[in-house]
Amino acid sequence: MSTLTEAPPPLAPAEPEQKPARKRGRFTPYWLLLPGILWLVVFFALPMIYQASTSVQQGSLEQGYKVTWHFATYWHALTEYWPQFLRSVFYAAAATLLCLVLGYPLAYLIAFRAGRWKNLIMILVIAPFFTSFLIRTLAWKTILADNGPVVHTLNSLHVLDLTDWLGWTAGDRVLATPLAVVCGLTYNFLPFMILPLYTSLERIDGRLHEAAGDLYAKPWTTFRKVTFPLSMPGVVSGTLLTFIPAAGDYVNAELLGSTDTRMIGNVIQTQFLRILDYPTAAALSFILMAAILAMVTLYIRRSGTEDLV
Amino acid sequence: MPFVNWLKRRLVVIAGLLTLAYLLLPNVIVTVFSFNKPKGRFNYEWQQFSTDAWKDPCGVADMCGSLSISLQIAVWATVGATLLGTMISFALVRYRFRARGAVNSLIFLPMAMPEVVMAASLLTLFLNMGAQLGFYTILIAHIMFCLSFVVTAVKARVMSMDPRLEEAARDLYAGPLQTFLRVTLPIAAPGIAAGALLSFALSFDDFIITNFNAGSTVTFPMFVWGSAQRGTPVQINVIGTAMFLAAVLLVLASMVITNRRNKQKA
Amino acid sequence: MKTTPDNSGDVRLSGISKTYDNGFTAVHPLDLTVPEGSFFALLGASGCGKTTTLRMIAGLEDPSSGTVRLGDQDVTHLPPYKRPVNTVFQSYALFPHLDIFENVAFGLRRRGIKSVKKQVEEMLELVQLGEQARKKPHQLSGGQQQRVAVARALINHPKVLLLDEPLGALDLKLRRQMQLELKRIQTEVGITFVHVTHDQEEAMTMADTVAVMNGGRVEQLGAPTDLYENPRTTFVANFLGTSNLIEAEVDTVNGDDIVLKAGGGKLVLPEARCSARTTAGGKVLVGIRPEKIALTHADDAGTIPEGRNRITGKIADASFIGVSTQYVIDTPVCDEFAVYVQNVERDGRLVPGADVVLHWSPAHTFGLDAAQDIDAGIEEEAAA
Repeated sequence: MSTLTEAPPPLAPAEPEQKPARKRGRFTPYWLLLPGILWLVVFFALPMIYQASTSVQQGSLEQGYKVTWHFATYWHALTEYWPQFLRSVFYAAAATLLCLVLGYPLAYLIAFRAGRWKNLIMILVIAPFFTSFLIRTLAWKTILADNGPVVHTLNSLHVLDLTDWLGWTAGDRVLATPLAVVCGLTYNFLPFMILPLYTSLERIDGRLHEAAGDLYAKPWTTFRKVTFPLSMPGVVSGTLLTFIPAAGDYVNAELLGSTDTRMIGNVIQTQFLRILDYPTAAALSFILMAAILAMVTLYIRRSGTEDLV
Repeated sequence: MPFVNWLKRRLVVIAGLLTLAYLLLPNVIVTVFSFNKPKGRFNYEWQQFSTDAWKDPCGVADMCGSLSISLQIAVWATVGATLLGTMISFALVRYRFRARGAVNSLIFLPMAMPEVVMAASLLTLFLNMGAQLGFYTILIAHIMFCLSFVVTAVKARVMSMDPRLEEAARDLYAGPLQTFLRVTLPIAAPGIAAGALLSFALSFDDFIITNFNAGSTVTFPMFVWGSAQRGTPVQINVIGTAMFLAAVLLVLASMVITNRRNKQKA
Repeated sequence: MKTTPDNSGDVRLSGISKTYDNGFTAVHPLDLTVPEGSFFALLGASGCGKTTTLRMIAGLEDPSSGTVRLGDQDVTHLPPYKRPVNTVFQSYALFPHLDIFENVAFGLRRRGIKSVKKQVEEMLELVQLGEQARKKPHQLSGGQQQRVAVARALINHPKVLLLDEPLGALDLKLRRQMQLELKRIQTEVGITFVHVTHDQEEAMTMADTVAVMNGGRVEQLGAPTDLYENPRTTFVANFLGTSNLIEAEVDTVNGDDIVLKAGGGKLVLPEARCSARTTAGGKVLVGIRPEKIALTHADDAGTIPEGRNRITGKIADASFIGVSTQYVIDTPVCDEFAVYVQNVERDGRLVPGADVVLHWSPAHTFGLDAAQDIDAGIEEEAAA
């Protein structure tokens, strides 16, 4: 996925006399585009329209559905499930922040301090991808088990008392609590934060650090004033790549959480696959999509990195 | 305070390594527990060392079947997405045409969309069309979401390619087809390979979209999901460990080979 | 390897032009004949249309009008891979995925020649790269890559070899060396070379004939000495070396000489060396190269022979650069008159502030049409 974040290399300023002439084959681009674009239109764009239409239908499985412009479904979906929406945003934001805090040192390490270990560390960051993420998520059940060493240590350090008080954990256990879900989300999407961060850090000219040092900046100041601002493209795409999938995820909440940690993804999944209430499910999914697109657009505007794509 | 100074200078390294440990811990657990002999149906608590699961990896009903379905889907999804995606990338980089902006957003949006939204909307389409959910609906979905990633990977590579190389080929008596086969394709190959590898990994590991559109077909991730409810066989860990090792070894081997080749030539 | 003298290596461009879809005209209709076996340079600043012209000969660009002929064969509508023409590209465009041997063999193989080994090895010997055959391009130095690019083109025995800024990426010392090398190869193989460059020294050292291009047109065409000694436009005068240009008024036309008034003094200009129309009272730009001018201290003005053009001035600046000293003289006609004096016998009195007389032989003076931009070609060279 690192490729999403690799900004296209700057094109050489094209002199007018070097522009490639493409007179022959005027239709070639359209033939090249046709199959792929058709695929995306039919199986990505069209479904969005179907979903929008489903969300305003009424009826039942037995009698079939009809478009009745029943917008009350949206109202119903929002009033009924706003806690799950809020929880999704909150969990995803927490996981994104944790990913940034945890991922930045590692990306920095790979980019500037790893030396000959660089490739090995890079492999170790990517390799877990190849083990099914479900299996790895299940491993957290073992790690965070009630009578395991992690919970034991946290308990004896009275950390769990604090998190209990904050409402992140409950009753001296970590599993089936918000903390476990956020921890799982963080773990699952951490590489999506590290790779873009690394790509943008690696582009920074090492001499800039020396220049900053030369101009009387202490290491921490150098980081704040030079390194971090220059890595902003990586921070922006990393947070997006973490936040978007985290907000729609339901696997971590299902495997590591409890009924009190259900996220909006869980609701959509249940409505669609178990309760078979298609209009509500479609409305929920539509709201999620709109909310995420709105947030992403706002975020990209604010951070001034519109050339992200 | 020499120790504090030492710590200060290595703070980043230590923090980075801790994150790396956090990333790798589950893989260690998966590997260790592939040698477990659990008492109940679930493999979450350590009991005693055993190599039973490794001796009989397909000993669980339906698991290897699901693995095979996942592999088939991943291979076909990779072929389809790589082919279509490469074509789109070439069109985007090499030609000017109308609706370029629309095409770009159509490619970007699937990557900026939560999986559950794509999964749900695709299901409404299939339900409306009355399509039979199964192998082919999964394949269609996988090609759809892999496509964008292939396009970004290949596009980056083709963009960084010097257009003079193709001109040089044409200048040296290579016709359009020869130019494409002998120069363009070999140079774009690393990008195409990266896109293909990514597609394979994404497709093989996909759960959310598959879960919505699979009908009664069970892929490997779906098998794991199901077993999380019914009971997790040790064999799951065996497969997970084997995949991890295979990936690491493959990458290491390719690195050793390129290193050696470079040394020989230098 | 000498080609038979059937003129099939002539390049004949007639009425050729290029206008892009966006309306930008890179090359205005142009007639040009490059005789077989010559070393021809297209010289100009970036964006002047020289590369476009070259690419139209190569077939990489479709001309908007006109024809390209090689000898008597019209190749205007042939694709590049069917033209007996090869190109040495700017920054070489060596195939990064092929080794040196395969790069050089590429053209032969595409033409279906099976046994390429002997030819390729001979070619690599010619450019002194026999040892490097199995290396990849990125393992070679810039100069070596340049030679591979030449070998890769030459092995096909093209009728014409096109070189697009072939030395642009090399450092100065290597560039000088490669200039001589290319010249040697051209003499050896005897095929027509068309060389595009923005470096006037490079063009003058290597080429038999130079065409100076500006704004999509050929400003002047001729042998390097001819262009330098007798430029016909301010662009050529400024782009090739340095010129002092003075605006003057025609006083009288006296036989073969024109007498001009400038800044109170009189200057003589041979009519043959004036490219502008001259009528009494009309304006003319008078040009003189800095190294043609002699500098005499005002106290010795009497020693200057009769019949020389002379201008008085004050030294504003002097820089010693070894073989010569470059002076900037403040004169009534031009406040930045450049004068280069060979350091044979240095006059210790010639320091900034000294009053001097500048004088030169009228035979070195040239006259240009005054209706031109007097500074044309100065910035271009600095930018190039």
